[in-house]
Amino acid sequence: MTIKIEVDMTKCQHYGQCVFEAPDIFRLNADDKLEYTAEADDSELANVEAAIDVCPMQAIFIVK
Amino acid sequence: MTKPVIIVGASMGGLRAAEALRRFGYAGPITVIGEEHHAPYNRPPLSKEVLAAEVSHEAVAFPQRESTADVNWVLGTRVESADLEHGTVTDSEGETHAYGTLIIATGLRPKRLEVQNAELIGRHAVRTLDDAIGLRKDLKPGARVVVLGAGFIGCEVAATARKLGCEVTVVAPGSHPITRPLGVELAKELQRRHEAMGVKFVMKTSVTDLVGTTAVEGVVLDSGEIILCDVLVEAIGSHTNTEWLEGNDLELSNGVLTDNDMRAVKTSGEAWPNVFAIGDVARFANPLFDDEARRVEHWNIPTDTAKRVAQVFAGQTQGPFAPIPSFWSDQYDIHILAYGLLALADEVKLVAGDIQGECVFGYYREGKMVGVCGIGMRTTVMGYRKEFELK
Repeated sequence: MTIKIEVDMTKCQHYGQCVFEAPDIFRLNADDKLEYTAEADDSELANVEAAIDVCPMQAIFIVK
Repeated sequence: MTKPVIIVGASMGGLRAAEALRRFGYAGPITVIGEEHHAPYNRPPLSKEVLAAEVSHEAVAFPQRESTADVNWVLGTRVESADLEHGTVTDSEGETHAYGTLIIATGLRPKRLEVQNAELIGRHAVRTLDDAIGLRKDLKPGARVVVLGAGFIGCEVAATARKLGCEVTVVAPGSHPITRPLGVELAKELQRRHEAMGVKFVMKTSVTDLVGTTAVEGVVLDSGEIILCDVLVEAIGSHTNTEWLEGNDLELSNGVLTDNDMRAVKTSGEAWPNVFAIGDVARFANPLFDDEARRVEHWNIPTDTAKRVAQVFAGQTQGPFAPIPSFWSDQYDIHILAYGLLALADEVKLVAGDIQGECVFGYYREGKMVGVCGIGMRTTVMGYRKEFELK
C-alpha cells in the first residue's frame, strides 16, 4: 500500500522543518525551495505525520 | 471503570498529547477540557493570514486524526480548580472530574495594559481566533493603529496592519524591535525594514494612560506626548494560566516546574507521578543548554513535550529529553527561521550573507553556539541545526 502526499504550495514558506522528519519525502533544492515525493510506501506514514505536525504553515496533507 | 487521562487545555498541546498517547499505545479513555469553544487550531496565522483575510476556523483548525476520534472533548468549559491529592479537577459548570493522569496544557493569556480607563472599546490583544477576528474588523485602510510591544507578535501585527493600509506606530520600552532574542544588530535591521514599509517606531517608551470616552482615541506616553489612534493592539507579553492549580503542592512561580519527563514538581522537589505539564506553561531544564528550568514559548514545544509525556507514560523513553527549540516569523517578505535559545548568547555575529539582504547570525555563549537565526538562507540555517543535537 502507498500513501499520497500533497503540499499546498500557496501556503508553503519553505521552512524545511518537514525535511528533518521525513528526509526521504521532503527536501530543499539548491534555491531553498521545497520539493517532495508525492507517493510513498505506507511505512513512511509515521514520518509524514510527524512532518505534518511540525509544518509551521500546516501545508502538508495526506490525500485519502 | 478506568479513570481517564484528563488533559486541561484544548489547544495544540492538548491535541498533540492526545494524539501522542494513542501513537504510543495508550488505548484508555482521554478527556480534553478547554475554555475556548473552538476545536484546536493553529495560532501563528492569527497575527498574519487571519488578520489579512476572511479566514475561518476551518482554515486554521488542526486536522482530526482517526486515532483520536474517541477522545472526549469538553469545549467552552474552563477548569477552575484541581485537587491533586485526590486526583480531581473541577470545571466552571461545577462538575468534578476524576483522573488517573493529569496533563496540564493551559498555556498563556495576554498581559493587558493596566490603566484607569480600561473599559474603552478598540483595545485588542491577539491570542485566540476570536481575538484575531475581532481585530480584523478594525484594521481598515487608513485606520491609525498603535501596536504596544515590539516582540514577534507586535511586529507581525504591525506588518500585517501596514499591508492592509493602516497607519501603524509601534510603541515599546526596548531600544529596537525583538532585540531579545535577536540581538541588537539584527533588531536594528528589522526596524529599518519595517520603517522602509512605513511603520513608525517610538522606542524606549511606555504608555501611562489612554485617551477616549467610549472608544480608544489615543495613548498617553510616559513623556506626556499623546499619539492619536483608532485601534490599540496590546502585545506586551503573557501570563501563565496556573491559577486553577493553586492550593496544591506545586512549584508555580512562572509556569509549572517539571522534571525532565515533564512531571510536575512539588515544592519539596519530588515529582508528582501522574501529573504532567506541557507546552508554553511548562518550565523545564533542557540538557542541550544547562540545568536551568525555563519556559519556552516556541511553536514546536507543545508537540515535543506532548510526545515526551506519551513516551514516559508508555515507558518508552530513550535518553534525556532535549528538544531543539525552533521558531519562525513572517513579516512582509522577511522570513526568519531560528534554532536554539538565542537569548542565552553573550556574543552574536554574522556567519553568512549580507545583513541588508539574506543573512545568518550565530549566537554564542562562552564560545559555544546556543542559537542560529537567518533571514532567508534556509539551507544554511538548517545546516547549523545539528550543532544543537545532544552529543
